[in-house]
Amino acid sequence: MEKRALFSSKFLPYMLLLPQLAITIIFFYLPASQAIWQSFLMEDAFGLSSEFVGFENYRYLFQQPEYYRAMVNTAVFSTAVAVLSLACSLLLATQADKNLRGGEAYKTLLIWPYAVAPAIAGVLWIFMFHPSLGTLTRPIRAVGIDWNPLLNGDHAMLLLVLSATWKQISYNFLFFLAGLQSIPKSVIEAAAIDGAGPLRRFWTIIFPLLSPTTFFLIVVNIVYVFFDTFGIIDAVTGGGPAGQTTTLVYKVYADGRLGGDLGGSAAQSVILMVIVIGLTAIQFKYVERKVQY
Amino acid sequence: MMKKSLLGALAIGLASSTSAFAQTEIQWWHAMTGANNEVVNKLAADFNASQNEYKVVPTYKGSYADTMNAGIAAFRAGNAPHILQVFEVGTATMMGAKGAIKPVQELMKEAGEKFDPQAYLPAVTGYYSTASGELLSFPFNSSSTVMWYNKDAFRKAGLNPDQPPKTWPEVFEAAKKLQASGHPTCGFSSAWITWVNLEQFSVWHNVPLATKANGIEGFDTELKINSPLHVKHLQNLADLQKNKTFDYSGRTNTGEGRFTSGECPIMLTSSGFYGNVKANAKFEWANAPMPYYPDVQGAPQNSTLGGASLWVMGGKKADEYKGVAKFFAFLSDTDRQAKLHTDSGYLPITKAAYQKVKESGFYKQNPYLETPLIELTNKEPTENSRGLRLGNLVQIRDMWAEEIESALTGKKSAKQALDAAVERGNQELRKFERTVTR
Repeated sequence: MEKRALFSSKFLPYMLLLPQLAITIIFFYLPASQAIWQSFLMEDAFGLSSEFVGFENYRYLFQQPEYYRAMVNTAVFSTAVAVLSLACSLLLATQADKNLRGGEAYKTLLIWPYAVAPAIAGVLWIFMFHPSLGTLTRPIRAVGIDWNPLLNGDHAMLLLVLSATWKQISYNFLFFLAGLQSIPKSVIEAAAIDGAGPLRRFWTIIFPLLSPTTFFLIVVNIVYVFFDTFGIIDAVTGGGPAGQTTTLVYKVYADGRLGGDLGGSAAQSVILMVIVIGLTAIQFKYVERKVQY
Repeated sequence: MMKKSLLGALAIGLASSTSAFAQTEIQWWHAMTGANNEVVNKLAADFNASQNEYKVVPTYKGSYADTMNAGIAAFRAGNAPHILQVFEVGTATMMGAKGAIKPVQELMKEAGEKFDPQAYLPAVTGYYSTASGELLSFPFNSSSTVMWYNKDAFRKAGLNPDQPPKTWPEVFEAAKKLQASGHPTCGFSSAWITWVNLEQFSVWHNVPLATKANGIEGFDTELKINSPLHVKHLQNLADLQKNKTFDYSGRTNTGEGRFTSGECPIMLTSSGFYGNVKANAKFEWANAPMPYYPDVQGAPQNSTLGGASLWVMGGKKADEYKGVAKFFAFLSDTDRQAKLHTDSGYLPITKAAYQKVKESGFYKQNPYLETPLIELTNKEPTENSRGLRLGNLVQIRDMWAEEIESALTGKKSAKQALDAAVERGNQELRKFERTVTR
C-alpha cells in the first residue's frame, strides 16, 4: 500500500506547511542571515557608522588566545554537563520506575528544578558555595579544602557544571522515565524468567530499547549546554576567574550585549552556529545508526 | 448615525483633554533601584509640580548595562528617550556617538538657560567634559572610592580606631594585625577590583592610566597601567593573597557584604556603600580616604568619580530640549542639590551646594559623607587626574580583571599580567578608535 496523502487542491499542502515555514523563516533564517551580514561589519554601538570589513572580525577572533581558551572551556563544560546529567537522570529514572511507596512524590520532586529559571538556579548555587556567604562553604573548608570559586578556576568550573547539571537532570529524567514506561514489561519479565539479573536486563534489554530517547536527549543536551547556560554562567561566575569559565556562548553575550561589539559578537555566533550544526550532523550521521527504533 | 455622533463626541473629548494637558513629555530612562528609585521619582514629581509646561516621565530600565543597551537599541529604532542615565564606564561610547547625543552645555545655551560651568565642582564635571572643558553630560549620582573600616576590629587588634592607616604599607601592617586577631580569612579587601586598584589608584597617585590625559584628549590613547608603581601594587596584593591578608572579593560589588558581615575589617569600595553599611553593619565603623604609596611624589592627588550621568539624546524637538534644559537647571539648584546630597549620599555637583552643607555643620555628625568630597577636591586636577575616557571600557575592565585574577592566583607575575592587560586593552582601544573616527 502506498503511503501517500491525497490533496484535492494544489495549494492546500503548501498552505498547511506555511505556518511552520513562516515561523522557521521569521525566527531562524532571518535573524541568522542578519547575524552573518553583521559579522562582516564593524560598527559603533549606535549604528551611526558601519564599515564592511570582510573577514576581519573573524581574523581578530582567531588571533586571540582567549577565544581558543573559550573553546576548550566549552568542550570541557559541555562534555561534563551532558555526561553527568544524562548519567544521573538515567540512574534516577530507572530507580523511580520501580514500584516504590510514594513513587509519585519522588517523580514530582525530581521534575521541579526544571521550573527554576537559570539565573535563579545560579543564585541558589551561589548561596550554597560562595566563598564567604555560602552555607556549604564552611563545612567544605572545615575538612581542609580551600574552597574559593572566585579565584580558583577549577572550583568555579566545578560549581558551574554542578548547577547546570542540576538544572538539566529534571528534563532528562522526565524523558527517560517516559521511555522506560513504554518498554513492554513482558520482554523484561521473559528475560527475568530466563534467569537474567537486573544489571544484565538493563544492559541487554532496557538500554538498547531506550536508545531513541537517549539519542534525542544527547542532541538536546548538547544544544542546551551550548546555548542555554549563559544565564547560569552570568549569575555564578561571570566568566571568571581569569576567563576560566568563559564559554563560547557567554563570550557572545558578554561582547555583544555588555560590550556593544556587535560585529565581533555576530562573528562568534556564526562560528557557534556552524559548530552546533556540525555536531548535530555528526550525531545524526554516525550515532543515530546505532539507535534502534 | 448613533456611531458617528459617539465618535464625534469622543474626538471632541480627546481634543479637549489634550489641550487641557498640553504638556511636553520628557522621557527619562534610568537604572536606579530601591531608595534611589524613589529619589528619581520624587525629583520628577517635584519638577512636574513646579511648572506645567513639561512633564518628566522617569522609567526604570534595569541595570546600568541594561539601561544603556535599551537606550542604544531605542536610538537605532528611532525612539530614544530624551534623557538617558549612563554609568561612567559608558562615557566614551556615548561621547563617540556624535549624532546620537546632544552635549549638555550646547543644550543649555540654545535653550537660554542660565549655565555657568564654573559653578560646578571641577572634579565632577571634568569627568564628563571634553578636553576643552565643554560639559557633555549632566552629572547625576556620583561617588568616589573610600576605605571603610571596622572600628571594633581595630580596637581588638590594638590599633587606634581614630587613626586609620594612611598609606598602603600601613594598611598592609594593620591588615596583618587584624588577621591575627580574629579575621583569618580576610585582613583587607576591595570591591570593584579594577576601578579601585587601577583607575582610582592611578588618579590618586597622579600617574597616567593611559596617554592623552587618560583618553580625554583623543581616542588614539594607549594604556599605561604596567608602570613600575602599578606592578609594585599588584605584586603586593598577590603576595598578601597567599595567606589571605588581602583576599579577593570579585569584580563588582557583590563582595561588599564581607565588610558588613564583619569578615573583612577593611574594605575599599565606593562611598555609595554608605546606605548599606548604615543599615547592616552591627559594629562601629568609619571611612577614610584611600591609601597611597608615600614614596610617590605628590601623592595623594585627587580621586575621580564613579556613578552615572544624564545624557541628552539627539534628534529631538527644540521645545523638548527646552524642557530638558529647564529640568537640569532645576536639578542644579543649590538647596535641591544640598538636600539630595544629605538625603541620598550622592555627591553634590555644585560648589555652592557643597559649601552650604559644610556651613550647616552636617559633616560634623556625618563625616563619612564628606570623605569622598575631600578626596575629589584634594588638589586641582591634573591631566592624569581629571578622569578617564576609554572606549569599550566594559570589555577592557573585564580583561584587566582577568589578568589581575591570574596574578592573584600566581599563574602570572604582576608584570606579566599587567603587560598582557595593556596589550589586550590597547587592541580594544584601537577597535573603538576605528569605529568612532570614521
